[in-house]
Amino acid sequence: MQDFPLQLEDDTIPMVRFSKVTKSYGPLTVLDSLDLDIAANEMVSIIGPSGSGKTTVLRMLMTLETINGGVIYVDGRPLTHMPKNDRLMPADEKHMRKERVNIGMVFQHFNLFPHMTALENCIEAPVQVLGMSKDEAVERAVDLLRMVGLADKRDQHPSRLSGGQQQRVAIARALAMRPKVMLLDEVTSALDPEVIGEVLNVIRHLNSEHSLTMLMVTHQMGFAREISDRVCFFYGGKIAEQGPPDQLFGNPQNERTKQFLSAVLESH
Amino acid sequence: MFDWRWDFTFQILPRLLWATVNTLLAAGIGYAIALVLGLVLALAQRTKVKPLTFVVREFVEFIRSTPLVLQIFFVFYVGPQFGIRLSPWTSGMIAIGLHYAAYLSEVYRAGIDAIPKGQWEACRALNLSMGRTYWRIVIPQALPASLPGMGNYLVGIFKDTPMLSVIGVAELMHTANALGSETYRFLEPYTLVGVIFLAISLPTAAGLRVFEAWVRRRLGMTR
Amino acid sequence: MSYTDFLAVHGGRLLSGAVITAEQTILAAILAVTIALIMGLMRLAPNLVIRGIATVYIELFRGTSLLVQLYWIFFVLPLFGVSFEKFTAGFVAVGMNLGAYGAEVVRGAIQSVPRGQYEASIALSMSPADRMRRIILPQAILIMLPPWGNLMIELLKGTALVALISVADLMFQARQINGTTFLSIEAFGSALVIYYIMARLIITPSMRRFELFMTRKMGRA
Repeated sequence: MQDFPLQLEDDTIPMVRFSKVTKSYGPLTVLDSLDLDIAANEMVSIIGPSGSGKTTVLRMLMTLETINGGVIYVDGRPLTHMPKNDRLMPADEKHMRKERVNIGMVFQHFNLFPHMTALENCIEAPVQVLGMSKDEAVERAVDLLRMVGLADKRDQHPSRLSGGQQQRVAIARALAMRPKVMLLDEVTSALDPEVIGEVLNVIRHLNSEHSLTMLMVTHQMGFAREISDRVCFFYGGKIAEQGPPDQLFGNPQNERTKQFLSAVLESH
Repeated sequence: MFDWRWDFTFQILPRLLWATVNTLLAAGIGYAIALVLGLVLALAQRTKVKPLTFVVREFVEFIRSTPLVLQIFFVFYVGPQFGIRLSPWTSGMIAIGLHYAAYLSEVYRAGIDAIPKGQWEACRALNLSMGRTYWRIVIPQALPASLPGMGNYLVGIFKDTPMLSVIGVAELMHTANALGSETYRFLEPYTLVGVIFLAISLPTAAGLRVFEAWVRRRLGMTR
Repeated sequence: MSYTDFLAVHGGRLLSGAVITAEQTILAAILAVTIALIMGLMRLAPNLVIRGIATVYIELFRGTSLLVQLYWIFFVLPLFGVSFEKFTAGFVAVGMNLGAYGAEVVRGAIQSVPRGQYEASIALSMSPADRMRRIILPQAILIMLPPWGNLMIELLKGTALVALISVADLMFQARQINGTTFLSIEAFGSALVIYYIMARLIITPSMRRFELFMTRKMGRA
């Protein structure tokens, strides 16, 4: 672990840095010595075929998966490792909990708490984890639910909401923790076509109105092109090509990128 | 163990081991009866004869909802009322066999119900007789799903044999009680009974799991 | 003697026995649920020692018979200085035995809660304690209710054994009546019917009602 700094000291510290990150499941290598920097307030889309490692990138940032090689830094400080005696050691649960409070995630299958109302879902973590008073948390939650267009559904249980509504509540729930980084893991892939739009609208609004660093894995190419600052195309556990959306979509350089894009656009 | 006497332990061990054989015999015979009777009860609930299915269903529910030990007393004491003198063994076997037949019938029913409707329809389309349908198609598919339940009840029956002690069957518990009252020492007999039970039930449970896996493979079930 | 005459003479004793049986069942149930929750959670602990203790308890009480455990607790434990009077020994044995089965039900239910719930809690930075207490356990409770319904009936049936250490429950009274009158069919038959009523007409509907209540409380209905 000698070649990894205990803290980032570049002139402009990236909000997220993957430094030679490797992840394998037994003999299968899913991420191969990945280097990826994400600047503060940047909106990055990750696209690629299944199995290319794109979801793994998000899950590792959220510490849902362990790291096999390399270090992930968030806001200049190591997330997956912790400084000890001037060296970096693999982080314990306590350290990870402390550092990942800046990261929020919205899941493909929403994962709302079924035994709580929409409002209760949104106040649970702020009250229990951030120690917010219940009134303060409720006020914030109501604001967020209003922002996603579901103020009137605050007392409904998830079982009463459509997929699109549930996903919007999930976004509000993640935002209630005031994260600096938002991870969106194929958030529209499990939705019926007619409700995808309402979720994309919320993301659009988030991107323009709020200073958030966003990392989005998606199959919605048009949306990715419209909203991203940068697009990364993953293939075989590495970034095959990345760049501004117009460049990557309009004039792909890499063979694989071209193949992928033509296959995807063909099916639309 | 402050007061444990090893000499006494070895003294009573032979008698307890003989009683264990009796216990295993009782469990084995009871289980065999239950296996067959349970299938009869399960199939009886699938006939088209409404009164029969109703009576059998209620009977099965009744047996499952009431204590085995009470059923054992019932069979033992009620027989003579009708002029039939049943030995403790016989009444014990009847009561345990019936009790576990009721449980097993539920296991069989669940296994049979789990078979997709399409299987039955295919058999009809191919004009297979009901007998063939059950024997070649239904039971081979119902078996793997039923095995865990059947295995659990095998271990269960073994653990319920002590109830036979109340009507005088000379199994483990009865022998331990006798030893206790003869010598006024209960520590060693009861502890040994516990140890013997563990020594038999734990490996049996493990062995059953292996057996289940083997059957699944033999029948080519990937499920 | 006709059956109505029988009931007139002996019905009271059977009823008082039934009350004792009910008391035993309720006390054993409280003990069993408590043990099941504790042991079930211990079984899932990351610490090997804690997990081991729970595993030993569960295998011990599931691998030996309730009757043996009952006799051991009432006759042998006093030799180690722990003395119970028979009523207590009764429900303690039944509660500890069914607590072991209950622990496996609790464990199974917790493990059945969808993985996504764990992940959402992690994403929201919840501590493991909060996660278990507020998110996982409430959902697990709903999952474990149907099997608990069966366990409650097993509890009721298990209490019948306490008659063998002379606790004056329903089974005991039935035996007494049989011993004095030799009216076996009436005595044991009535006891069987009363147990049936307690199981099917009291326990089962109550559990169902509780299930419905919890389902509604958890916003699922």
